[in-house]
Amino acid sequence: MRAIAQRLLQLFVVLLLVTIFTSVLIDLVPGDVTNTLAPVSTPEQRAQLRHELHLDQPVWERYGEWVGGLAHGDLGCYYGTSGYTSGSSCPDKVADRVKDALPISLEIMIWAQLIALVVAIPLGVITAYRAGSMFDKGVNTTAFGLLAIPNFVLALVLAYYVGVVWHLWDINPTGWIDFGQDPVGHFKQLLLPVISLAAGQVAVYMRLLRSDMIATLQEDFVTMARAKGLSPARILWRHALRPSSLTLLTVAGLNVGTLIGGAVVIENIFVIHGMGFLIADAIVRRQYVALQSYVAIIALGYVAVNFLVDILYATLDPRIRHARAIG
Amino acid sequence: MPEQSVEPMIETESAAPVVAGTQTLVLDAEPEAAPTVEKSATKKLGLFGWIAIGWLVVIVGLALLAPWLPIAPPDQKFLRDTGAGPSIKHIMGVDGIGQDMFSRVVWGARASLLVATASVLFGLIFGGVLGLMAGYYRGRLDGVLSYIFNCFLAIPQLVLALAIIAVFASDPAVTVGEREFWLVISIGLVSIPVIGRITRASTLTWAQREFVLASRSIGARNKRVIIREVMPNVLPAMFSIALLGIAVVIVLEGGLSILGVGIPPSTPSWGNLIATGRNELTKIVGANPQIIFAPAIAIFLTVLSLNYLGDVVRARFDVRESAI
Amino acid sequence: MSFLRRKEVNRTIAARPDSGRLLEVSDITTSFKTPRGLATAVNKVSFTLDRGKTLGIVGESGSGKSVLSRSIMGLLPKHNVVRNGSVRFEGKEILGLSNVAMREFWGTEMAMVFQDPMTSLNPVLKIGRQITESLVYHLDMDNKQADDTALALLKSVGIPEAERRREEYPHQMSGGMRQRIVIAISLACGPKLLFADEPTTALDVTVQAQILNLLQQQQRERDMGMILVTHDLGVVAGRADEIAVMYAGQIVERAPTRTLFAQMRMPYTEGLLKSIPKLEQAPHTRLQIIGGRPPDLVAPPPGCKFAPRCPYAQDRCHVEEPPLVEAETPGHYFKCWYPVGTPEGKAAFERNLEAGLPQTIAAMGGDSALAAKVEAEMSA
Repeated sequence: MRAIAQRLLQLFVVLLLVTIFTSVLIDLVPGDVTNTLAPVSTPEQRAQLRHELHLDQPVWERYGEWVGGLAHGDLGCYYGTSGYTSGSSCPDKVADRVKDALPISLEIMIWAQLIALVVAIPLGVITAYRAGSMFDKGVNTTAFGLLAIPNFVLALVLAYYVGVVWHLWDINPTGWIDFGQDPVGHFKQLLLPVISLAAGQVAVYMRLLRSDMIATLQEDFVTMARAKGLSPARILWRHALRPSSLTLLTVAGLNVGTLIGGAVVIENIFVIHGMGFLIADAIVRRQYVALQSYVAIIALGYVAVNFLVDILYATLDPRIRHARAIG
Repeated sequence: MPEQSVEPMIETESAAPVVAGTQTLVLDAEPEAAPTVEKSATKKLGLFGWIAIGWLVVIVGLALLAPWLPIAPPDQKFLRDTGAGPSIKHIMGVDGIGQDMFSRVVWGARASLLVATASVLFGLIFGGVLGLMAGYYRGRLDGVLSYIFNCFLAIPQLVLALAIIAVFASDPAVTVGEREFWLVISIGLVSIPVIGRITRASTLTWAQREFVLASRSIGARNKRVIIREVMPNVLPAMFSIALLGIAVVIVLEGGLSILGVGIPPSTPSWGNLIATGRNELTKIVGANPQIIFAPAIAIFLTVLSLNYLGDVVRARFDVRESAI
Repeated sequence: MSFLRRKEVNRTIAARPDSGRLLEVSDITTSFKTPRGLATAVNKVSFTLDRGKTLGIVGESGSGKSVLSRSIMGLLPKHNVVRNGSVRFEGKEILGLSNVAMREFWGTEMAMVFQDPMTSLNPVLKIGRQITESLVYHLDMDNKQADDTALALLKSVGIPEAERRREEYPHQMSGGMRQRIVIAISLACGPKLLFADEPTTALDVTVQAQILNLLQQQQRERDMGMILVTHDLGVVAGRADEIAVMYAGQIVERAPTRTLFAQMRMPYTEGLLKSIPKLEQAPHTRLQIIGGRPPDLVAPPPGCKFAPRCPYAQDRCHVEEPPLVEAETPGHYFKCWYPVGTPEGKAAFERNLEAGLPQTIAAMGGDSALAAKVEAEMSA
């Protein structure tokens, strides 16, 4: 229990530092940030904006206001280039956009992670069992090659050939269909982005698992399991897989970061209005307030995921569970 | 930096005997009679290794010599051949506004490799030094540094790099040089925690060895011990990371270009070649896909070679990074 | 299910009291293919074992004893391993069988207890599960039955608070307890033949006796044949019916226990016995070791494999390999040209002593004063 408290403390400190950093971003913009946020506006409007964004207050107060705003769901506003709207009535709230975009990004990333694991785990197990065979060599070489293909290249190739040239299954190279509107279409549109994101991860996970499994298969308890007369399938899946999957779990957690980065690019390529799209858009339009919120949300999410991974790790490996309980 | 090479951070490649139980059995036989030899420890360069080195030599050579090569300037527009496929005159075809793809790829190598190498160097110098110090001195310094590393690692790298560039250099009117500079800084900054952590892990294992203790016990000062004893052993790990890192940055630059914050299109880079190629593909039906394939294949081959060599270096020096 | 019935049928047939020799090993040879050549770890080993009897196999590291037990059981990989000879289990030849066929025997007919209980147990599975697994898999028990049987097993191997321990993990237990659990797992399906491969080497001395007693007790209760492999003569002294001494992959002496200790013939056996420190010796008595190292298994020297280290060795020993002959007491076999306790042996020893052979001087025994005097004379 004490260990979990320690971890939570660490989590909190990390979050603190991360949010401080993101809140400071707005200060780092060279020049007058209000100008960049709302270039077409009167000086009075800019002064008011300055006040609203607490830019005239000391850093820590601003930070407090910002975190407070976050907690209340106030993620800021898009300040239109053509005029600026003041006060609490912000027509283009960041929070609104996030509400629509976040589920989309989450869905893509979750599917990508799932598919990657579902494909990689069996491959990893089998290639470890049959290490050195032609199958193993073939799979390994393919995986190595896959690692070298950037996900956006794969995305573009898929978009071009599947979407445009062959127009398979009526898939549009760009765009998104809501699940509510058309379930089948929804999954069709999911297909290409998910494959682009998952392909690279499959290679990483598979090689990792294979490496761990090979080491595990040499342990004494595996020989003991053989001496018990258990079948290879049972030994592989029930005995060897669990101890070998710990590194995989950690990496899967850390890789959420890569997935997020990948999703940002992929969404742009497939013109899907997820978080990635919002970020790129905010950058182009130099809407730093919105950008701040996006970075914060992503960072929080990532930290949360890794925290969960930590807890899951303890569940899978009882040695860690007990070591933590003692120490 | 290495989003992709989270894998090398933890993976320990052990090409081991085929079936369970072999290692334990050999305990009884004479040591020389071990039936299988650990292949990874003696992984030689091999055919692929030489091909990889060859490709890298070629591409780096082309990039360095670009201004003096007998190729068309990258922005010369051959208006009559717009959109043409590969031919003798234009080995990689021509893009949508008439520019020779081969030339653009060669010049693109220049920009991309420059940014990649510079950012990795930046990360290595700062991250490496910080990691060395954290791993050697331990204690409070290590605690603080590790916390800082973890904080930066809490934000996905692409997003962080994006944020930094966005803040400092997203003005559309920014010059190529300025953008390149901020690219290097932002990617470098983002890679410091990763390199720092790996260097720290490597330093930890070496600094605990007895020869370090021996050196200190005869009065060698810390700085000397670090430079003379620890660093030479950590360097192979860092070299391997450098190779893998350059590969990752090349890809990262590509991603950033697609998002519009890479090197401005007036100067070709592999990343922005793909980005502009993508724009053209979507706009012009029937445009030639080689405008994407040419830089893509260049990236693929370079990344593949770097990954392979990075792996070989790592296996050769038996570098084992733990998830510390 | 039909295959279950087949197993049951097998067991009922085999359960008949006098089904003959449990295990017959004839000239088994096991070699590993290495880059340097073929390394022969087990070289023409033969012996037999009956139910209810214990065979102790003694040898130093590198003698091939662990390879032997795994080779007989068939646990070695098929790659790069060459096995010859014959192994008959209850009359059935099992040497050439595939892994699939051997799985019929593993666990149910024959089992092995390994050396290090920490690594023999799966660290992420509960103890109870590791036992019930075999029960469910081989004997087709349902969960309740299996749980009860597992509980009974745990109790029978002397685990206190068995109900609680069932739900625990290996790392929560001491070494001795873990080894008991390993034994419980091995015995779960009632095998007829048990290999114990250095079962106490990884344990504290205080626990060693307990574990050996446990093994003995289980063997008696189940009428099992047991092969106890160890490097420690003391371990097999009171617990084996017959002892076989292995060196460089061969059995160099084999005899019923009493006979071996009373009338050992092979100098190696003598060396092993002498190397056990005794309480009666004065403090700081030099330990009697057998100097040198085991031979290269890929290219062993000609003649007797022990000759380079043997205090009795003569020229003939370096050239001609002695055959396995039976001593006066029946059932006692050994391989030596100048055996211990015989006139030829004594003469050989004296000759070597005069010639100043180092290992002979070292083997002068606990009389260190005499040994020192001889050494001084030699170097004069």
